[in-house]
Amino acid sequence: MAGLMAGKRGLIMGLANDKSIAWGIAKALAAEGAELAFSYQGEALKKRVGPLAGQLGSDFMVECNVAEMDSLDALFAEVGSRWGTIDFVVHAIGFSDKSELRGRYVDTSQENFRMSLDISCYSFTAVMQRAEKLMEKGGSALTLTYYGSERVMPHYNVMGVAKAALEASVRYMAEDLGRDGIRVNAISAGTIKTLAASGIGDFRYIMKWNEYNSPLRRSVTQDEVGKAALFLLSDLGSAVTGEVMHVDAGYHVIGMKNPDAPDITKD
Amino acid sequence: MSEGDIETRVRKKVVEHLGVEEEKVTENASFIDDLGADSLDTVELVMAFEEEFGIEIPDDAAETIQTFGDAVSYIKQAT
Repeated sequence: MAGLMAGKRGLIMGLANDKSIAWGIAKALAAEGAELAFSYQGEALKKRVGPLAGQLGSDFMVECNVAEMDSLDALFAEVGSRWGTIDFVVHAIGFSDKSELRGRYVDTSQENFRMSLDISCYSFTAVMQRAEKLMEKGGSALTLTYYGSERVMPHYNVMGVAKAALEASVRYMAEDLGRDGIRVNAISAGTIKTLAASGIGDFRYIMKWNEYNSPLRRSVTQDEVGKAALFLLSDLGSAVTGEVMHVDAGYHVIGMKNPDAPDITKD
Repeated sequence: MSEGDIETRVRKKVVEHLGVEEEKVTENASFIDDLGADSLDTVELVMAFEEEFGIEIPDDAAETIQTFGDAVSYIKQAT
């Protein structure tokens, strides 16, 4: 039986290492027959992405700095010249100055606010401006967000604001691109210890709290996000667009601490 | 956990992650200068130590962990 992604080609942006959520997604897509290209930023990431791409049978890697529109143009020109069209894009990119992922949101600097919104939100819009032109037969795009956009989470600060903007942009792009058969969705993943998460203060405590208090009483894995991504990026999700799907063991429905959960402290 | 045990487990993680020979992972071996780590490796190593020992190594402490010896002594006092 042909896989759910057989004959489909797409771009994965933001893979860093084998702890990345993008890695869980890439594996799930490749296992169902997708052909993948990867964009990375800088030599340190190239060194990591190369072997991972190889494991999934891909040698298609392009350097891209999403803050530079010329760099995005070059990326999509290269994908276009090698493949002609694409079927999906995964945007797993965010950035904020680590020193502001602690302390108070209200102290966010203008410079870091602009940079965080630019890299974590606008880059997805800029990607879709270019991806749209390669999705002549329609397509599906996915970005990653976090519950800190809806409710206040410790230390998430300006990233929460950036993710709220990102989720709003998913809805607007779903409308703009829907008439051309392009679907745009986001996954709001539970806490997963990734390279990016290592920049967030008290992460271990936050993760434990989530494990004790989510309806499923556990955290989620990269592979579980991969399965949800497969749904949204394949034909299984053909009528789903503009959606922010929570893949968080249900944490987002919870209003207060589970009375049976142990009282935990930071260390 | 005995102190020698910690040292062995830290060394194993370093060897695994950086792909270096065990003999090179000495007390004063600097991850970046002697063992070929890049800046992301140092973050990934700290994450690997956290996972291995079930501890959280805050950023300001992580920045002081430059050598194998630094890692061992930090983990000894944290566990």
